[in-house]
Amino acid sequence: MSLMALRERLNVLVNSMFLEGLLDQQFRQLQMLQDASSPGFVAEVITLFCEDSERMLTELTKLLDQAVVDYQKVDAYVHQLKGSSSSVGAQNVKLACIQFKQFCEENNKEGCLSALNMVKHQYYSLRSKFDTMLQLEQRIQAYDSEQQN
Amino acid sequence: MSSPRGGGKERGGDGERQIHVLAVDDSSVDRAVIAKLLRSSKYRVTAVDSAKKALELLGTETNVNMIITDYSMPEMTGYELLKRVKESPKLREIPVVIMSSENDPDKINRCLEDGAEDFLLKPVRPSDVSRLCGRMRS
Repeated sequence: MSLMALRERLNVLVNSMFLEGLLDQQFRQLQMLQDASSPGFVAEVITLFCEDSERMLTELTKLLDQAVVDYQKVDAYVHQLKGSSSSVGAQNVKLACIQFKQFCEENNKEGCLSALNMVKHQYYSLRSKFDTMLQLEQRIQAYDSEQQN
Repeated sequence: MSSPRGGGKERGGDGERQIHVLAVDDSSVDRAVIAKLLRSSKYRVTAVDSAKKALELLGTETNVNMIITDYSMPEMTGYELLKRVKESPKLREIPVVIMSSENDPDKINRCLEDGAEDFLLKPVRPSDVSRLCGRMRS
């Protein structure tokens, strides 16, 4: 596939993610920060977000599996996940976290379990598209490196 | 020393010296973003993941022009870090900026009353960093 075709495919993917509500304007801010001195900045942030999110989702699953739920700890993790999803522009994940926090405040276990499933659903939908995005970015950068050599 | 304009450098007797910002945030995502925002304005950045590490660094590093810290952190919050800095004769002149994802007026007022230079709502934008430009310690 040509470089132009790869760039076009990446643009179409990212635009569709905005249209579907997976991403918001904060992601554009990150894209604008990426420059020649840090060509891998967006990929770095996405990778950190995914590592953090999966760690937190694992902890949340364990916490909600307990007979007696520690809602303070659950809330702390949801707060963190809400924060990092906001920072990366992961809109649907952020919105699902806001709903989750509400159930936490009510000490509503059923609500929390349902909310956790929603957060997971939103996160893994986003993760799948982020994976494609990163693969396309890598192929584009490989082209750019070849052209420089 | 004159106040810096347009970020990055300050005037010193031995020529220009890069402004050094200490960024404190327990979130790896937010650390990466705030560090990049600051470096894009040509500041030198040291990013740490806790207030404890920030205080350790401040104990050894004399050339910090600003501290920018998240509010909500485990063990020691950004507010507690602010208090420790302002209570220290050696550190109190360093401007401290607090960041938070929560728009809580009581929290904001308390930080400002207790000496915070500014309070930024997350996600932090380039325009937020621009407005800090003239407030670095010279």
